[in-house]
Order: sequence, then structure tokens, then C-alpha cells
Amino acid sequence: MKRKSLFITAGLLMAGMVFAHVAAAQDTIKVGVLHSLSGTMAISETTLKDTVLMMIDAQNKKGGLLGKKLQAVVVDPASDWPLFAEKAAQLLEKDKVAVVFGCWTSVSRKSVLPVFEKDNGLLFYPVQYEGEESSKNVIYTGAAPNQQAIPAVDYLMKENKVKRWVLEGTDYVYPRTTNKILEAYLLAKGVAPADISINYTPFGYSNWQARVAAIKKFGSAGKKTAVVSTINGDANVPFYKELGNQKISAEEIPVVAFSVGEEELSGVDTKPLVGQLAAWNYFESISTPANKAFIDQWHAFIKNPKRTTNDPMEATYIGFNLWVKAVQKIKSTDSQKVIAALPGTETPNLTGGTAKVLPNHHITKPVYIGEVKADGQFDVVWKSAGEVPGDAWSDFLPGSKDIEADWVTLNCGNYNKVTKKCSGQNFK
Amino acid sequence: MMERLPKGGHLLLVLLLAPWGMVPAHAQTPKDAIFLSTLGELREASYSDKEGIVERLGQTGHPSVRAVLTALIEGRLYFRNTDQRIFIAKSADSDPLRLSDPLSLKDAGSAPASSLSQIGTNNALRRVLRMALARFSLSSPDAGVRSDAAREISKSLDDSTAALLRQRLAVETDSSVRKEISNALALAALDGSDTKARIDAIATLSTSVSQDVRNRLALLLDKAPDGSFAEKDEKVREAARAAVESIDRWRTFYSGIQTLFFGLSLGSVLVLIAIGLAITFGVMGVINMAHGELMMLGAYTTYLVQVAMPEHIGMSILAAIPAAFIVSGLMGVVLERTVIRFLYGRPLETLLATFGVSLILQQTVRSIFTALNRSVVTPDWMSGSLRLNDALEITYNRLYIVIFTLLVFSLVQFVLKRTRLGLDIRAVSQNRAMAKAMGIRTEWVDAMTFGLGSGIAGVAGVALSQLTNVGPDLGQSYIIDSFMVVVFGGVGNLWGSLIGGTSMGIVNQLLEPWAGAVLAKIFVLIALILFIQARPRGLFPQKGRAAEDK
Repeated sequence: MKRKSLFITAGLLMAGMVFAHVAAAQDTIKVGVLHSLSGTMAISETTLKDTVLMMIDAQNKKGGLLGKKLQAVVVDPASDWPLFAEKAAQLLEKDKVAVVFGCWTSVSRKSVLPVFEKDNGLLFYPVQYEGEESSKNVIYTGAAPNQQAIPAVDYLMKENKVKRWVLEGTDYVYPRTTNKILEAYLLAKGVAPADISINYTPFGYSNWQARVAAIKKFGSAGKKTAVVSTINGDANVPFYKELGNQKISAEEIPVVAFSVGEEELSGVDTKPLVGQLAAWNYFESISTPANKAFIDQWHAFIKNPKRTTNDPMEATYIGFNLWVKAVQKIKSTDSQKVIAALPGTETPNLTGGTAKVLPNHHITKPVYIGEVKADGQFDVVWKSAGEVPGDAWSDFLPGSKDIEADWVTLNCGNYNKVTKKCSGQNFK
Repeated sequence: MMERLPKGGHLLLVLLLAPWGMVPAHAQTPKDAIFLSTLGELREASYSDKEGIVERLGQTGHPSVRAVLTALIEGRLYFRNTDQRIFIAKSADSDPLRLSDPLSLKDAGSAPASSLSQIGTNNALRRVLRMALARFSLSSPDAGVRSDAAREISKSLDDSTAALLRQRLAVETDSSVRKEISNALALAALDGSDTKARIDAIATLSTSVSQDVRNRLALLLDKAPDGSFAEKDEKVREAARAAVESIDRWRTFYSGIQTLFFGLSLGSVLVLIAIGLAITFGVMGVINMAHGELMMLGAYTTYLVQVAMPEHIGMSILAAIPAAFIVSGLMGVVLERTVIRFLYGRPLETLLATFGVSLILQQTVRSIFTALNRSVVTPDWMSGSLRLNDALEITYNRLYIVIFTLLVFSLVQFVLKRTRLGLDIRAVSQNRAMAKAMGIRTEWVDAMTFGLGSGIAGVAGVALSQLTNVGPDLGQSYIIDSFMVVVFGGVGNLWGSLIGGTSMGIVNQLLEPWAGAVLAKIFVLIALILFIQARPRGLFPQKGRAAEDK
């Protein structure tokens, strides 16, 4: 009797699986997830993979999209930049996914760009980056420099009356480009070159004593000084620790960081960081009904009530919803048609505003500045008036201020307004 | 009264008092009413409005002002969500929060943290608060607090604060506080009109080495856009110029000392990570690529010890030293017994095998603790810095590590030179066959030597956990440095490692300010290669027959 029922159950189960498989093959839309699940970037990117899976799960519970179920195709580019291009090609050519959510570092994005342009795919890129790019096949849902770095500097200049600037960064492309833009911006604002100090240290740098002493010295010239930090990853903890040890408080020399968020602060002794600043487009502590629902949904999905949410997760959330809206509008998942439909598409963000896709494939985002609290969360001390439209090409760099990206009227991501020429992508 | 109650009674008292929090307490004087209503504004105000409220609170002169403002700056001021009443919490970390009434400062029971909202502060507001509190701190029993307060007040002087300082100076007995106050008063006197008083003030200030004082004096030398001096009085200008020069000289001198200390501290870290290697590589001749991972194990042991004793963070770091020594030492013995002993005399195989072991150890740790860094809390006695004067501060964590390195170094020297184990180790390393003939169990000595070297790597890991991130890759970033120190100092020579590590640290820190972190390291590396070309055996080569065998 027992055995019999077991057989029946097994038979039903198998039949169910076969049926489900057939159903899956016929009635699904494939969604590619291109985030590193191993290697150095896995810590950050795994969270975004889980976010996409959560969004797909929620969408399927609502009945899917265009009557079909969404199916995630997850690949692991293993923090290996050339492998990103291979995996992207696999997703677009073999799996024929309708859309890809992925990449974190700028170098991985640059590595997949040619693949997406060749295969006419669609990539949603969810991380704050250095700008100077606009591809027909990419929607940038993270912040461009004018949505994070420039407002942060403005805040310090206006609210804290900062006159002297230390631009401290890790030695790679994002800090170098951002600092180039910031330096040009500060000079344009009338800051003397002698009042700007730029310095780079390697990844994972931990011997901060001399650098911090130098910052202290630079900051004691009688003018209010601030540090703009594009220090990335591990090196942040010893940096803030050394600031604390040398008794440089946020009241005297505030540090505003662009790469320190809730996730980076979890698992870190936050005592030396309290009062320091970070600029983002989203903070977990912002209290709106949408954000609360998102945090609850995340905790339920990841089965850990202590996990934090962060800015790139919100950008992933926005990107996913924008894609769903565009697909529903044109009733097709064809990437060409979706790309054409995306500019102008709007979706609510988690902080009570609206994210709208602009013709340059960037989106509108509010800017927030927060102070680190002892519990690793942020206390918002400033927010922009409404949303700031993302600017692909910085207006403060001599090479890029004449360049415009517009995929609606000009159909070009690199259009020079002076020479009236479209130069195509800058990776070529 | 309270202190005499037994613990249970204390709790009972709290419970009895708890309902009291619900009703507005005792009769209020008009002063109380103003104080309370001003305090109440804090709930809704924006940060910039709060600054004004804090000023007004200070003006009420209420006896509770100090306690309330201290609570606000420390994030311990709350209001209850149900009736908006404001409370001071004993500590912001506990849940439920122990509350007291802001007016009477009496105990007001306790409440769960979720039923209360914190009144937040930002950087600008905390500055205002610190200024407001400095007035009160001027009469603190702690001399350190008093001099901090005097320094704080000197940053924004006016007639009322100057009067306050003069009052304090009349009763102050501590010499360092007196000096701070007279400096502050001299700064105030600079704004006067009496030439004699101003020159006296400059004379007082010229003995200071503070950057703030220097900047203030340098202002006297500024020129207006039309070329005339902002300061009209020739004599004052001359005195100020001399004072600025003198201060600059002293500051340059102290910043030189500071750079030397930075070098020394970087060097001591290098020495600490190299001592263990000097034993395994220097004495035994084993190239152990897993040396860095043994340090990492020591750092993770520190983390585990800290997790095991969360109430005693200050002690945990001391307890972690023997624990890390044992964990890494045992790992070393196991490694020697299972892998390395089969490979003696085959350096290439040893190198590859231990490299493999290092990867296994890394991945094991990654599997157990995940790839995320673990947070090792710095105990209070290791944070902050020792203030020698206005121009020179030495951070405690670096200072302790310099001392710790010297201790470990002396201890290893003692073991090698003065104990039976040390005698055996030296005998085996000099002539294995002869030592064996004399009845020394060379295999046992090998295991012990390797265990000693590995254990010291673990101890170095404890120190590194205070300086850098504790993660699976911790060892990798230090392995190259430690080999460099041993080769530079001379293989098999502990003194060589000490001198070599220290000088490498100092050279690195001297180069860093003008070459940058990346270039400084490259320069040190190039210098090292050139040095090894000229002296292949390092700073202190081994002499005699033992050297010929290797």
C-alpha cells in the first residue's frame, strides 16, 4: 500500500515535471542575469542577482508578463572581465534572452558593450559610474556623476562652507574619471588649484597613517576642508579607523564617500565612521511605504531579517520595473522595439519619486546625502529638490562638454554639437 | 542610597518607578516651563533650527542644560512616540532603554527602544553643541577635559567666553590647562588695540606649536589687495613674523619626528610578520608560501576569541595572543609532519606544496566564514592617540604594536639563545648529522621549530587584525613583504630582520609623501633588488661553516 502510493506520487511528480518543462519551453520569457557569483566582486554582485530573482518571482506570482512566465538564466562571469563578454554572448546568442540585468564594475561593462551592440541585446546597468558613455543597448539606472558626485560637492560647498578639497581615491578608472570631473568643476567654481589635493592609493591599502596625517595637515590651513572619497572596497575600513585614531572628526574634516553604503557597513565596526557622509540616490532608512514593502519583500525572499538593502538594489528594482512597463506597453519582448519604447517610460522609485528613462538612456534620480549612524544605517541630512536627470557626458570636462547623447531624435550616443558629427561608441 | 541596594532591589525600584514616567512629574517653576517648551521644539525642528534651540537652551541657565546637551550630542535624547515626552537614556545601545527625566534627571523607568524616537544631530549641530558644552567642561574635575574645553573655546572667542576663561585661570592649578587658557586669552588679546598688550600676547603665543595659532598670527602678515599690510602696526607685524617663523621651525621638527614614527611603526609590522619567517625560512631553510595564511588564521582566532567574550572586548585581544599562537603553531606542526618533512632539501617542491596548502587554507576559511571580511573591534585602550603637544600625536594602536614587536622579538631571541629548545634548534640548523650523533631528536626539533615560527605568524595575525581587514586574503598581501624583509636582512639572522624591516619601513614612509603610495613601494623594491645584486646574502650574512652549506 505504502509502496504503491509512493509510486503514484513519483509518477505524478515526473509527469508534472515533464509537463512543466514543456510549458516552460513554450510559454516563458527568458531574463539573463550577468552578475559575478564568485571572485572578488561576488560579495556585492550576488546581492543583485538575488534581487533580480526576487523581482522575477514576484512578477510570476502576479501572473507573469504578457501571459507568459518569466524564467531567469543565471550565469557566473566570476569577476573575470573577458569572461563577462563570453557569458554575455552566451546569454544573447545561445539562450536568446529578452533582456539582461548585470555588471557592476565599469571594466566589466566596457567588456560586454561590443557584444550587446553586435547582437542588439538590452542591458540594464544598476551601479553608479563615471559617465562619459551612452550606448544604444544599455539603460543606465545607476547614478551618473551629476547625480551623485557633483551634488555632494555642492552640498559641502553650500552647507558646510568648504573651501579646501582633498580628492582621495583608489587607483582605477572610476575614481580617476570622477576626480577629473570634480577637479574641473571645482576650478570652474573658483577654487584655487592650491586648495585641491588629489591622491590615489592601491586596492586594499591599509597603511593610512601618513596619508591621514597629510590630510590633517592640508586641513589645518585655516580654511574649512572636506575629503571627497572614491576609495573603494576593503581600504575604507582602515582609512576611517585611522581618521578616528588621529582624532579627525566629521565635524572638523567631513569625509563624503561615493562607494560606502549599507552593505559595506554591515560587518564593520562603525564606531569610527559615525557622522561621516555618503551620497547616494537611495538609503534603506528612507521611510516610504514603497521602501518598507521592498525591505519586507527582500527579507522574506532572502530568509534573513538582518540583510540590508542598498542603492544598486534600488537601481535593479527600477530597471526591472521599467523593462516590464515597456514590454507591457508595446506587448512585445523584442529588444529593438523595447529599446525604442523605453525613453519616456516612468516607474515609481522606492523613495517616493518617479524614475523616468531619458533619451540619453539614463534615468531621473533624487540625490540624498546621509550621515553614518552607529547602527550602520544613514540619517538623511540633505536631499535634492525633486529628481535630477542623469547626464551621460559631463559638462565640466573640456572633451565632453560639447557631446550629447540622444537616442530619440539624434539616434546617437556620442554627438558633437559643434562639429555636428556622430562618433559612435567610445570603446572603438 | 542606590548603591547600597542589592541588585534585585535595584530592579524592583526601577519597576516601581516605571509608572511614574506616564504622568508629568512634580511642580514646575517658570524656568522649568521655558526650559521644557524650548526642549520640546527639538522634536520637529530642522537641523539648522536646532542650532538656535541649543543656543536658547544654554541661555535658560537651567541646571539640567548640561545633562540634556550631553545626551543630545551622544545620541541619547529621545521622545516617546505616544505622548511626545522627552527623555534622556542612560545608554543608546541597550534595549529596553533606561530613561531619566530631562528636568529632574531622576530615573523614569525603562521602555522598549521601538516606542521611542531618537532626536538626531548632524555635524554642524554637533559642533555647536561641543562649543556650548565646552563652557561647562571648563570646570570638569578631569584636567584633560578642561584643556580640551579651553582649546575648543579658543576657536571662537568673544567677550563672554574670554571672561569665562579669565575666571577659570584665576583658580586653575594644572599647568597644562593654564597654558591652554593663557594661549586662548592671548589670542583674544590680539584683537585689542593696545600695542604693548598685543606684543605680549604674541610673545605668549610664539611658544605654542598649534596650527590654529600659527594661522591666526599669519593673518597679521597678510597684505591687502592694494599692497598695504592689513596690520598697520609695524612692531606687532615684526613680532608676529618672528613668532610665525619660530612656530614653523618647531612644526617642521615635530613633523619629522612623526614621519620617523610612522616609518618605525610600518617597520615594526614588517618585522613582526617576518620574525616567524626568519625562523622557518632563515633557520630551517623551508620556503613556506603558507606563512601568510598562518597569519590569517591568527587574525581569525582573534575574531573568534572576541565573539566568545563580547563583554570583555578590551581583554579579548590579550587572550587572543596565546590562542592565536597555539592555533597557528599546531597548524604549523601538522603541516610539517604531513607535508614538509617529506620534502626537505627540495626547495621547489616545498614551494609548490606549501603554495597548494595556502590555497586550501584560504578556501577552507572562505567556506566557513564566507568571503566577507569579519569585523574585529578595536578595544578602547587601543583607539585614539597620545597627544604630546599641538604638533605631535602618536596613535595608540601603532605605539602598542611597536612595543609588542619588540617584546616578541626579545622573547624569540630568549628562546633561541637561552633555552634547551633553542640550543637544539641552533645545533640542528648548523649541523644536522652531528646533532643527530649527539642524541638530539632532529625530527622532533624540526617540528618544534616549524611550530614556533608558525605560532609567531599567528601572533602577527593578532596585530594585523587591528590594522587591516580580517578576510581570507589577508595573508596574501603580506607574504611578499615578509620574504623581502628576511632576504634583505640576511637569511638566518633575526637581528638582520629587525634592522632590515625597520629601515625598509622608514625609507618607505620618507618616500611616500612626495612619491605616493604606489611609487614609494616600487622605489623600495628597486632599491632592494640593487642591494641584493651588490650583497646577495643581505645586510647581515651568516659567517663561518654554517653559511657554506646553504
